[in-house]
Amino acid sequence: MNIEWYVVLSSLLFAVGAMGILIRRSPIVILLCLELMLNAGNLALVAFSRMVGNQQGQVFAIVVMVVAACEVVVGLGLIVALFRRKLPLDVDALRELRG
Amino acid sequence: MSATSWGWLVLLFPLLGSIAIAVGFRALPARVAGAIGTATIGIAFLCGVAMLVNLLGDAPDARHHASSLWDYASVAGLDVKLGIFVDPLSTFMVLVVTGVSALIHLYSFGYMRSDEGYHRFFSYLNFFVFSMLLLVLAGNFVLLIVGWAFVGFASYALISFWYRRTTATRAGMKAFVINVVGDIGLVLAALLIFRELGTFEYGAVFAKAPEVFSTNEWTITAICLLLLVGAFAKSAQLPLHTWLPDAMEGPTPVSSLIHAATMVTAGVYLIARTHVLFVLAPTAADVAAFTGLATLLVAATIALVMTDLKRAIAYSTMSQIGYMVVGVSIGAYSAGMFHLMTHAFFKALLFMAAGSIIAAMANEQNIDRMSGFGKAMRFTSATMLCGGLALAAFPLTSGFFSKDEILAYAGARGGMYVTFTVLGYFGAFLTAIYTFRLLFRVLHGEPCPEAQELIETGHVHHAHPFNPATGEEEDTEVGFPGAEHHIAEQSPPMRIAMAVLAFLALFGGLVQVPGVDNVIADFLDPVFADSPLAAIHPSTSWSWIGLGIGAVISLAGIGVAHRLYVARPEAPARLKERFALVHTFLFNKWYFDEAIDLFVVRPALAVGRFANRVFERAVVDGLVLGTEDVVGGSGRVVRFVQSGFVRSYALLLIAGFAGLALYFLLSSS
Repeated sequence: MNIEWYVVLSSLLFAVGAMGILIRRSPIVILLCLELMLNAGNLALVAFSRMVGNQQGQVFAIVVMVVAACEVVVGLGLIVALFRRKLPLDVDALRELRG
Repeated sequence: MSATSWGWLVLLFPLLGSIAIAVGFRALPARVAGAIGTATIGIAFLCGVAMLVNLLGDAPDARHHASSLWDYASVAGLDVKLGIFVDPLSTFMVLVVTGVSALIHLYSFGYMRSDEGYHRFFSYLNFFVFSMLLLVLAGNFVLLIVGWAFVGFASYALISFWYRRTTATRAGMKAFVINVVGDIGLVLAALLIFRELGTFEYGAVFAKAPEVFSTNEWTITAICLLLLVGAFAKSAQLPLHTWLPDAMEGPTPVSSLIHAATMVTAGVYLIARTHVLFVLAPTAADVAAFTGLATLLVAATIALVMTDLKRAIAYSTMSQIGYMVVGVSIGAYSAGMFHLMTHAFFKALLFMAAGSIIAAMANEQNIDRMSGFGKAMRFTSATMLCGGLALAAFPLTSGFFSKDEILAYAGARGGMYVTFTVLGYFGAFLTAIYTFRLLFRVLHGEPCPEAQELIETGHVHHAHPFNPATGEEEDTEVGFPGAEHHIAEQSPPMRIAMAVLAFLALFGGLVQVPGVDNVIADFLDPVFADSPLAAIHPSTSWSWIGLGIGAVISLAGIGVAHRLYVARPEAPARLKERFALVHTFLFNKWYFDEAIDLFVVRPALAVGRFANRVFERAVVDGLVLGTEDVVGGSGRVVRFVQSGFVRSYALLLIAGFAGLALYFLLSSS
């Protein structure tokens, strides 16, 4: 298969994720969208790795997965903390850090 | 023990005394503190005598020893040791300083009895003596500067001793500032010496200087002139003298110790110590000599009209130091040092007597209000007369021989130096007049109310102490003078001190009578042997002719004073009216204070005000406030971006990355 297909799919996935972050207000969905963007990146990495013919891109993809796992832990932890403190699960309502 | 070990002990005891009194001021009773202070100086004097005995055991040309305890500062190329230098000159100074100081401590023991700051006084006084001894014993220029600055501080502390009197604190500041001007000169001179010769040690400097410098080269002249700045500030020579009369705000023993006997002679000692350099820079030596001459005449004329008892004596001190400076500058080294010694005796004595009278007058120092103390305080007036006779160079007293020796030397050197002899004798004439003006006005005549009370009851009671300078009422708490400082008639320690000094003032000159004996000069000559000027000696017959002239002039001066102030008491007022302009000029001290105020103080203040108004406001404030405005303004702008909406941050982020990506895409194609 041609490399373009992979890149186009990856870009689409990335765009869906980015759009999701920009328009959705639920933190859980935002987290999902983040994962989508990370995995879009992974897809591109693996595809390019195949094309070049070495394993460096794949190693990078694994690193990204580890980072994604950590990020999910932190993100879900935040969401649980918000829930426990009975705060609204709406990122627009949580804007105490405004300048 | 060697001479240098005794020298270290001389330094040790006053320092120990100062520390012991300062640390133990709560535990020690006042009497004990005073006794410690006096005893340590007495012991230092005995150590000085031991040092002298040790030194006399050496051959005359081997009488110089350097000793160092440890390295004071040791870095590349610089090696300053904490070292002392013992030779006849420093031994002589040690003996004069400790001897007179011991007597003044004894005097203070009685004089300061009613003062609340008794411990503080003795601690300062001992510290002063320590600093002065450090100054004269120092073995290199660095330690000399340390001693020099310590003395300046001690003088400040003692002048401002009654620190709740504004006049006293201001006088202390003035003395300190002017002394710092001198310190700067001395430090610069020392640095210049180091640059040229690579060492601070006396021995090495004086050995190398003749090889390195040619006569009147500009560097050696600059060094000597800078040394003179230091010497003039310390020794109250024109135009750095204005602090000395103001320093009379301090307690009288302080005036006696610092401003008559010891500190003000430091400049004379410095010139004598560095005479090797001055021989190489005859121009600088002449500058010193003429400044000394100008000072002695100016101060003598001012002393003629001063109405403040202590200030008049202070101007007389300036004048006498002028003689010493002339002496050590033109080459009459041992004569100058001899005059330094006799002056220490009679001037300390005069101050003590003045202190006694001022105490009886409740700190009033104006001689217009004093009269008739001759009957009221017999002991004081007798000793004051001794001091006055010596100051006026009455035949056969100590001042007679010492002053004359300087003038005889100037005559023997010939050339333009004869000026010094002629004007020196004129100064001596003025000296006799102003000395006896003081004596006649204070001791002679109808007793003033205080003297009358003293005659009748033997005691003066002062209900309301006040500051004679401003007329403000004062209390007698710490920081103010006590209610009554006990007068000499009642306090044995004061009597002893005054009696010893009176004896020395009368007969101290007999150690060096031309053609008879020559003790001081013989002792000091090895120090000055390397100076070609030391070879000049007035012949004995010329010396005696000089003494004869001196005697006539002294008697004439006393006669004039008698005529003016005893025989025709209305004459001074008439003279004053007739020469009103001259009198005003002299009474305002030749307007030196005003001139310095105009040319130094006011410009300095104006610069300060300019810096405050323009530089501080426009430049410094502008910089500071401008920085603040820039940071704050940009902060206000950036704040709008921090909306708190997570999604808008994400949008910015994505837009930014998209922009970057677009840029690279476009620029790469």
